[in-house]
Amino acid sequence: MVWFRRKDEAAEAKGKKVVIAEGLWIKCDSCKEIVYRAEVERAGRVCPKCRYAFRITAHERIAHLIDHGTFEERDTAVVPGDPLGFKDTKRYRDRVRAARDKTGTTEAVVTGVGRLAGFPVVLAAFEFAYLGGSMGSAVGEKLTRMIELAIAKHLPVIIVSASGGARMQEGILSLMQMAKTSAALQRLGEQGLPFISLLTDPTTGGVTASFAMLGDVILAEPRALIGFAGPRVIAETIRQPLPEGFQRSEFLLEHGQLDLIVERGQLRDTLRRLLAFFADQPTSG
Amino acid sequence: MPDTLDFEEPLLELETRIAELQALDDPAQREEIGKLEERLQRLRQKVFSSLTAWQTTQVARHPRRPHTRDFCKLLFEDFIELHGDRLFGDDPAIVAGLARFENQSVVVIGHQKGRETREKISRNFGMPHPEGYRKALRLMQLAEKFRKPIITFIDTPGAYPGIAAEERGQAEAIARNLREMSALRVPVVAVVTGEGGSGGALAIGVGNRVLMLRYAVYSVISPEGCAAILWGDAAKASEAAEIMKITATDLQRLGVIDEVVPEPAGGAHRDWDVTALNLKAVLADHLRALRGKTEAALVNERYERFRRIGAFEEEFRPSA
Repeated sequence: MVWFRRKDEAAEAKGKKVVIAEGLWIKCDSCKEIVYRAEVERAGRVCPKCRYAFRITAHERIAHLIDHGTFEERDTAVVPGDPLGFKDTKRYRDRVRAARDKTGTTEAVVTGVGRLAGFPVVLAAFEFAYLGGSMGSAVGEKLTRMIELAIAKHLPVIIVSASGGARMQEGILSLMQMAKTSAALQRLGEQGLPFISLLTDPTTGGVTASFAMLGDVILAEPRALIGFAGPRVIAETIRQPLPEGFQRSEFLLEHGQLDLIVERGQLRDTLRRLLAFFADQPTSG
Repeated sequence: MPDTLDFEEPLLELETRIAELQALDDPAQREEIGKLEERLQRLRQKVFSSLTAWQTTQVARHPRRPHTRDFCKLLFEDFIELHGDRLFGDDPAIVAGLARFENQSVVVIGHQKGRETREKISRNFGMPHPEGYRKALRLMQLAEKFRKPIITFIDTPGAYPGIAAEERGQAEAIARNLREMSALRVPVVAVVTGEGGSGGALAIGVGNRVLMLRYAVYSVISPEGCAAILWGDAAKASEAAEIMKITATDLQRLGVIDEVVPEPAGGAHRDWDVTALNLKAVLADHLRALRGKTEAALVNERYERFRRIGAFEEEFRPSA
């Protein structure tokens, strides 16, 4: 192990790409152990050492959870505007274009309808690689439309979050999406329709402080970073080192902030059982 | 005066000159004093009509700016402060209570910054913990139960980013308020009086009407935080403030606030009474307009108000 780590650090020090990450071995983002890539892939992109679930794309998530061939994506045409004409070191419009080229998705969330183990659901999955999964106006609009669709079609809602929070480049309008999506969930609840929130690594900021923490049932993948403020901001504010495991799924479970931690391999079955419960059907296999 | 902002200095110099001349009590100086006072007024108008976003932020954060408890004294009669969330504790960074406004019982909730050092610390600089938001929600539900309108005052750098806050569910507390406020069956008027710091501000800001004092600011992240992320340099806060569009006039244009409440030239900290009178008039107007509405209309209009906010594009896709 020591041999690998040294090589890894040396490569990082030279600012080169870590060669091993592209090969047979990969470094776990959470426990930093070097693990066999094939073993990680076989487990559904899960670290065999610490059970951390690696970040996956929105479409990988959908393929994993939704019955093959049943997903109909919605509102792909709803894309970011540039209400503030925002430009820092780059123009916001250029960042959006680059994110779209990089991820192949038209926003940081993919929404649609499909079936999960036969149960019709409305599902949203965040694409973290698209501007950190941040929520701007178009993300808020897509989520709200999808919740409204669930109300119209009388379907349960599942949102898989992976987001740094509100999108700074759309300023206050991003903040307002927190109120908009939370209000839509209130209406969903009034219709007696369930919302299952799945928190994945990482879920922070304005996404956590709105729809993500409003699940009737809140699930999380193991060792995911989940919090309101980011750990760096907290460390800078309190000028103290943060406790071990702080803001990880296990920490939140211990503090009563979520219902269940579910390993990726069990996720589809857990969701199936929850959907069966809400549909008043037997929840065993 | 230690609380003078740099762009206020030329004004202060003139004020000092006037005060010195007045102290002489010399009738021969009367004309000169009159001229100086005229100049002072013109200069104040000039400085305050063209404040940058960053200067506005400094006015919004001014230590002598009226805070929630000051507004409670200035605007209401018989304010009775109530404490605690009934779950964990009482958060001094949020003040909440019962009051009378224009012969009507109302529930009042607001962030509370401190003014002197000791009070700033005890109020945690107006940065609430989850129990603050839960106290706010408890009082909103009390208001709903007894059919009383709710008035909130927003003035916070943000919800506190700390270990205990995370342990007790800062995100959940804010999220729950957003959801519950959207369905309140009573009128809710929110006023951004000072600093509207992100989710910690919005958590008491889901109103039928959202008003904003002329030199208040409201943003998704503080200018310093934005600058640190964009350029790795919090000192570029003034640039960040400009590009984020955080002033009352910007936010009215973006459809986020309904009305800008005028402040006296020189800012609210220069004249609390005039500020309170302005706010009282605008608040009374909005509460009157909301009073006649049915519960369903209040809930639906509030939903639609936030439902509309946002600016995105919808690409044209010719159907296959």
